[in-house]
Amino acid sequence: MLERHASRATRRAREFEAFVAGAAGRLLHAATLLTAESPDDNPRARRLLTLSLAHTYACWDRLHGEDPYDHARRQLATRFARGAWHHGVLGRSRPHPASPLAPLTPQERLVLVLRLYEGVAEEQTAALLGLSPERVRAISHRATSALLHRSRGPAPAVTAAKATP
Amino acid sequence: MSGNDRDAAVRRLLQGPARPVPPEIHTEAVRRGGRMLRRRTLARRIMWLLLCAAAVAFTVWALTARPWVEPPSDTTPPLTGW
Repeated sequence: MLERHASRATRRAREFEAFVAGAAGRLLHAATLLTAESPDDNPRARRLLTLSLAHTYACWDRLHGEDPYDHARRQLATRFARGAWHHGVLGRSRPHPASPLAPLTPQERLVLVLRLYEGVAEEQTAALLGLSPERVRAISHRATSALLHRSRGPAPAVTAAKATP
Repeated sequence: MSGNDRDAAVRRLLQGPARPVPPEIHTEAVRRGGRMLRRRTLARRIMWLLLCAAAVAFTVWALTARPWVEPPSDTTPPLTGW
């Protein structure tokens, strides 16, 4: 009994280490995009990723063939959605100008990262965020327009006003 | 500009150079995840212990109180003197 327990723990530790070595870079980039921090100074993104990975580690034996990357990504998205609400209300986090998603709201960032960076299907994104698929499409469209308008240059004041309703 | 082109442009915007992941993310995740696992195990054990204690207490109470035995009647007057 104890021996089996120990062997399972070592196997979990080995598999988890391999998983983190392969997936953490991409997840950290996604988290940094979400929090709109500078890629070189991203304490919030690191904390978000650490907590998500800790939860994935705790659920490792119960995944039963489910993709751990998918689990970690879901954790990341829901944790960010919960945290963004508090941060938005308290107005503590200012987007760093070096981030490509700085002019967007947290929800727009979340939808864009899930849909375009991670390639999650529209229905799955909607189910994950508790929105309707039409709403996800609308947010994605609006965020894309805001980003492309800004990156081409004209009228930054208008897009900034639009991005913070 | 069609929808696919716009999506591709935003994707290019989102792609960044790969940066090394600080190793403390892994160690900290393992530490916190291990703590979560230990707490879950402890909570499960306490729950089972409480369940077993409740079952034992109920059995002991049922054997001593015998609630299924009909109590002796005390409404009928005793039949005496005939």
